[in-house]
Amino acid sequence: MTGSRYFINTLRFTLLVLVQVLVFNRLNFFGFINPMIYILFLYWYPIKENRAVFIGIGFLLGFVIDIFSDTLALHAAATVSIAYLRPTIMRFVFGINYEFQSFKLSNTTRAQQITFLALLIVAHHVIFFTLEIFSLPNLLLILKKVIFTGMGTLILCLLFSSLFSVQKE
Amino acid sequence: MQQIINFILRYKITLLYLILLIISLAFTVQSHSYHRSRYFNSANWLSGSIYNTMDDISNYFSLGEINRQLLEENLRLRSLLYNADVKDSMELDTVALNYTLLSARIIKNSYSNQDNYITINKGENQGVKQDMGVITALGILGIVEKTSNNYAAVQSILNTKSNINAKIKGTNNFGSLKWNTKRFDEVQLEDIPRLVKLLVGDTIVTGARSSIFPENIPIGTIKKFDLNTSQSSYNIDVQLFNDMTNLKNVYIIDNPSRVEILELENELNNDR
Repeated sequence: MTGSRYFINTLRFTLLVLVQVLVFNRLNFFGFINPMIYILFLYWYPIKENRAVFIGIGFLLGFVIDIFSDTLALHAAATVSIAYLRPTIMRFVFGINYEFQSFKLSNTTRAQQITFLALLIVAHHVIFFTLEIFSLPNLLLILKKVIFTGMGTLILCLLFSSLFSVQKE
Repeated sequence: MQQIINFILRYKITLLYLILLIISLAFTVQSHSYHRSRYFNSANWLSGSIYNTMDDISNYFSLGEINRQLLEENLRLRSLLYNADVKDSMELDTVALNYTLLSARIIKNSYSNQDNYITINKGENQGVKQDMGVITALGILGIVEKTSNNYAAVQSILNTKSNINAKIKGTNNFGSLKWNTKRFDEVQLEDIPRLVKLLVGDTIVTGARSSIFPENIPIGTIKKFDLNTSQSSYNIDVQLFNDMTNLKNVYIIDNPSRVEILELENELNNDR
């Protein structure tokens, strides 16, 4: 059981990185919208895992994306941040429920799942674009990029997550 | 001591997060100084070979378009050749050549970020070195920033760090070419003095002060110009000849005398 879980996560990691860098990084919808669907990895990652490992994997994921897209360590910084913030966001969205043993993402309501995903994406994009542009006078540009890319990411992530949803037991 | 250990144990997750965040911020900040981030870029073998394989596949879908572009370029070069005053036998002595050229293919293009880099499929093994100029048939593209054995990362002109010497065609008024990140089909030419007469539509070419690019490589045309805030020089918006979203074949320019020029300039600076 544990073996297959590692296998699934490794496979997910590799496929999401490849899809991200080979397809979505060159989408340039409306000239600048490149959805970052690799955030789904953090959305899907098991909840009851060691937090330190999770943060480490988040960093690694961001860093691999960085190497492919020549963005220094911007993705790494943003991804490690949302990996760290994930428990806080989950507690906010799912309430105290999520600390129970029996908690499963697939058992929650659709609205809760979307809120959870949206909060991850917003946090990630705010950190990413703030670091990328890194100037206060361009606040409007940062906001524009966060909002539009965020919407693109959210829509595609929802499509992907319904395509590859974890089967309900 | 006990308390310190307890503190570390209690906040170990937060500390781990902070350490990783600081590492990534350090990478980001240090790369703002020129040529420092040489290890983490898409010119390494892993991403290079993945991009290359992907490009080999997707290449087939654009063969017609590439053919057409090459034909157009050949047409232009041939019309130049037949109309130029050339002696019967061309000189083929490579010692007399000022610049040597290499051809390469783009395997990863990017134009929507703040700092765009393009990856090409030639590297050190093929003779590509840092600071060589990269152009297409239509105009300039950027400068080689990092190389690996078989790939190279090119700093595109669509990069906030890009700074290239350029001038108005036919004059010697030069300025520096930068990018304000707003549009991927426009770059900005700064420091052209106010005295110069400008017209919308004038051609901008590379200047002679660069040891990377030969003089008079086309860049684009003037789209709009304003005086800057101090009213002493122009800020010019340049419409690029290249369609930065659709690039495939590029040429890499090597200037063998660049080493000598740099040495000379260094000596001057040292004497001062």
